[in-house]
Amino acid sequence: MSDPMRIRAQLTGDKVDVRVLMAHEMETGLRKDAAGKIVPAHFIQNVIATCNGKTVLSAQWGPSVSKNPTLSFRFSGAKVGDKVIVTWVDNKGDKRTDEALITAAA
Amino acid sequence: MYKAMRTLIKAATVSALITAAIVSSAFAQSSLSNQGGDQAIKEIERYRQALGDGNPAELWEARGEDIWKQKRGPKMVSLEQCDLGLGAGVVKGAYTVLPKFFSDSDKVEDLESRLVTCMVMLQGFPYDQAKKNPFGGPDNKSDMEALVAYISGSSRGMKMNVTGNHPDEKKYYALGRKMFFHRGGPHDFSCASCHGADGQRIRLQALPNLLKQETARSAYTTWPAYRVSQGEARSFQWRLFDCFRQQRFPELEFTSDASIALTMFLAKNANGGVMNAPAIKR
Repeated sequence: MSDPMRIRAQLTGDKVDVRVLMAHEMETGLRKDAAGKIVPAHFIQNVIATCNGKTVLSAQWGPSVSKNPTLSFRFSGAKVGDKVIVTWVDNKGDKRTDEALITAAA
Repeated sequence: MYKAMRTLIKAATVSALITAAIVSSAFAQSSLSNQGGDQAIKEIERYRQALGDGNPAELWEARGEDIWKQKRGPKMVSLEQCDLGLGAGVVKGAYTVLPKFFSDSDKVEDLESRLVTCMVMLQGFPYDQAKKNPFGGPDNKSDMEALVAYISGSSRGMKMNVTGNHPDEKKYYALGRKMFFHRGGPHDFSCASCHGADGQRIRLQALPNLLKQETARSAYTTWPAYRVSQGEARSFQWRLFDCFRQQRFPELEFTSDASIALTMFLAKNANGGVMNAPAIKR
């Protein structure tokens, strides 16, 4: 079971600034371990963010994204208190979903 | 090269990728134009800032907070009654007063050794088990490094304030100072060989002069830190452990008197510096 994501969603003007920090090994499948054996690829393949039932971001990732990646994006059409839900699925089928409420910019 | 690229492409959005591209091209420019050290250091600072936006150490901090509050060990109690130097259970600001003499253990302790003491005294862990997994790695999460990230992060924005007046604290400080200047190993290195003068560096890494107040502060207050190249949040004990390795010294034992004495010397010299850890380092 993977660790939870850290999600921040902040409304600035009419845009929501979303920052997501994910805990994931993101193995490329090219690295070898101490015994010289290839470490199998293990990386996030799909990321989907939704708000009020609408998909606001959909991404396909590959092994070139770093370990413990951060993702930031902006979208419009939401208000303070709405919920942003982020889900990732990796190449082994593991998935994780976390959510955060949109707050007003400080 | 591949690893370096992976390191640069830390963030995955288009905007972040562009930032990374700018940073890498800035690197190339500064090394080509050869405008001297200042320019290069400025660019590295910019690279750090680009990375700092979303420091994965936060994941360690969150995990550390959970571990701190979890009932664990043979006695099934949490660490919430652990005295880190400001009274039982006080986490905020505790990192700024460590290392410190503790009368219950009759020892000068830094954060890591204090956590070991609390795991033994409060939670009933056997000593060897409490200190057995100090540093994380691939497929090996270290509870210690998570706790250290959480506790040091709780002192963010506060000034280092190590008193060091107790006779034992003075003894540790003096010993730490002596170790700092002690030359040894196959390279005949001391800590001071690298960290005792201005403008030294290893490859692209500027080495702080730990004998000057300003740089001693900025160095100490940015550890613990997330090391991008390792994908791990590292504690100060790890920092010293790895310095010893790089010096080709005998392995520095985790929470040994030697490690605490050296920490005492460096922490006290950083007094007045504002904590900004866990930071992020290449």
